Amino acid sequence: MTAFAGLERGSQGPAQPPPDSGKTRGRWTPYFLLLPGMAWLAVFFIVPVVFLVSMSLQTGNIVDGYELTWNFGTYGDAITQYWDQFVRSFIYALIATVAALLIAYPLAYAIAFKAGRFKNLLLVMVIAPFFTSFLIRTLAWQVILQSDGIVVGIMEKLHIISLLQWLQLLPTDQVIFSPFAVITGLTYNFLPFMTLPLYASLERLDPRLLEAGGDLYARPFTSFRKITLPLSMPGVVAGTLLTFIPAAGDYINSHLLGNTSTTMIGQVIDGQFLRVLDYPTASALSVTLMATIVILVAVYVWRAGTEELV
Amino acid sequence: MSLDSLDPTQPAPVQESTNGDEVSGDLVLTRVTKEFGTFKAVDDIDLTIPQGSFFALLGPSGCGKTTTLRMVAGLEHPTVGRISIGSTDITGTKPYKRPVNTVFQSYALFPHMDVYENVAFGLRRRRKKDVKKQVDEVLELTELTALSRRKPAQLSGGQQQRVALARAIVNRPGVLLLDEPLGALDLKLRRQMQVELKRIQTEVGLTFVHVTHDQEEAMTMADTIAVMNAGRIEQMGAPVELYEAPRTTFVANFLGQSNMVDCTITSTAGDRLIADMHGTSVAMLTARSTVTSGKLLLGIRPEKLHVITDEVPAGDLDVVKGGVITDSSFIGVSTQYLVRMPWGQELMVFHQNRDTARVLAPGTPVTLAWSPEHAFGLSAEQDAHAGVETVDEAAS
Repeated sequence: MTAFAGLERGSQGPAQPPPDSGKTRGRWTPYFLLLPGMAWLAVFFIVPVVFLVSMSLQTGNIVDGYELTWNFGTYGDAITQYWDQFVRSFIYALIATVAALLIAYPLAYAIAFKAGRFKNLLLVMVIAPFFTSFLIRTLAWQVILQSDGIVVGIMEKLHIISLLQWLQLLPTDQVIFSPFAVITGLTYNFLPFMTLPLYASLERLDPRLLEAGGDLYARPFTSFRKITLPLSMPGVVAGTLLTFIPAAGDYINSHLLGNTSTTMIGQVIDGQFLRVLDYPTASALSVTLMATIVILVAVYVWRAGTEELV
Repeated sequence: MSLDSLDPTQPAPVQESTNGDEVSGDLVLTRVTKEFGTFKAVDDIDLTIPQGSFFALLGPSGCGKTTTLRMVAGLEHPTVGRISIGSTDITGTKPYKRPVNTVFQSYALFPHMDVYENVAFGLRRRRKKDVKKQVDEVLELTELTALSRRKPAQLSGGQQQRVALARAIVNRPGVLLLDEPLGALDLKLRRQMQVELKRIQTEVGLTFVHVTHDQEEAMTMADTIAVMNAGRIEQMGAPVELYEAPRTTFVANFLGQSNMVDCTITSTAGDRLIADMHGTSVAMLTARSTVTSGKLLLGIRPEKLHVITDEVPAGDLDVVKGGVITDSSFIGVSTQYLVRMPWGQELMVFHQNRDTARVLAPGTPVTLAWSPEHAFGLSAEQDAHAGVETVDEAAS
């Protein structure tokens, strides 16, 4: 959006542009700058999406080949068959997003305002998990959450296990291979994506605004609620999107930390594409997932009304 | 416009004065010191600011004036000393419980709220009734009614400044603090806002404490000025008093310009001191000197000096002969001369162009004369140039 606004302004230029060749060349500069990005998007996003949508409307099989028959029935069948996995994916992603927000907000706040000279060190520590592969980090949670481990022991002592059972996140006594373990994995894996945008928006906040709040009779908590929180909303929106979107389509956490009744839609798509080799169903599920996320995100951004924020 | 509710001369309703919310009275700082590590930002100052006055804390950057202000606001805590408003000690009171509001240098307007909500913020926090009525009144007073639904980012510097002011005065604080409120505005707008601020202060009758490094701004607006230097108050008084009878070289140089000449007191004659100025005998009023014997610095403002090219007119004048003009610049209302005296010092003279302008060329021999009542005497045990460089620094 901003890129186009910039182009418009640039093309209008000054009121009376002097007709020299330098100006004419300058007018095309923004388009040249956009070219690599546009090319990348065309090759790696638009073409695959067109291909994906087309595949979802084809019939046939891997041996005899596929034919475009505009078979919309695949969508109905796929959605009906995998409805539970769809719903589960969005619920898990939602819980993981809320959990990540609750963990990341105080963390980002502390780094932005209270860390002093440890600020950079703490930021590196937030990013440090990226030095190891996503897969390895998720596998590590199998060890952390194993039944005779320290973590589970502490959780038992603190009655967290019974709380989780009451919340129906733990069907049995086992912590690993449960909905709780899957959500924990999702929360952990996407925490940096939540923390960094929050930190960026909090760090930008002028501490003098909080002084002004205090000066105008706002207690510290009121200042937080009326000033800090609204001004960090762009970070909250960015962080929740960066967490929710990949979490909803994730297929690793459920695969490594869950069981057959925690299957998420990403796993189903993975299986349909690579093992069942039912390309149309896999494509239909992918397109549905994508469309649902786009709609949810559009409603969310619209409701959050961040465009009013500076 | 109705400003009855903002008029402090009317007695406050009883229920308001008993809830401790509406503290008023003189602002008193008693032996206040603030140290940052080993640095004394504010060094043992005593200050009484009468209720309803427009008070200016004037000084160069780093003199401790902003620290003093922040201590009154509760944003810094004094290392030693007490701060009170009327009979209420507020030294340890949290900022959000103080009957003090601040117009910040950067304005610190809430960017996500419109003008109306910015102004209503303080009233809402204290759960006041009639928020709308009070906000509308103040918006009218500050001529912001038409802009009430704009966001701060959509306002000009001068408008933002007025919002910052409205947001503070709407709370009718016991003391209103202004931290270099006009510093970000251009010269023309600053002049306009000076008049505006003074008008608003007169209308609402609140105690204004204004921090500035601009001596002209302080003199234009304030009833009383305290000149601060290196954490201490050098001198306090009405602008005219400070300008006409400075008691330190810092004040003499920081407020306007001064010529400082080394002299030695030789005798007294009635209410006058007779001093030797490099061989010439000059007189001055004893009451206008901080020393009465020995060495002194005789100060005289450039506009009080007369350049004389022919005969010295009769009258009660101190006269020093043998000057030579080294530089002259015509600036319209006046002509500025630099006159080299026989003892080598260059004195500055502002000559009002009351008659047809006649600019004396450099090299012209002149005699300088002034009325003994215009001179002031300062202790010679201080730097004659204190406050001179700091003016340039503050202006840049």
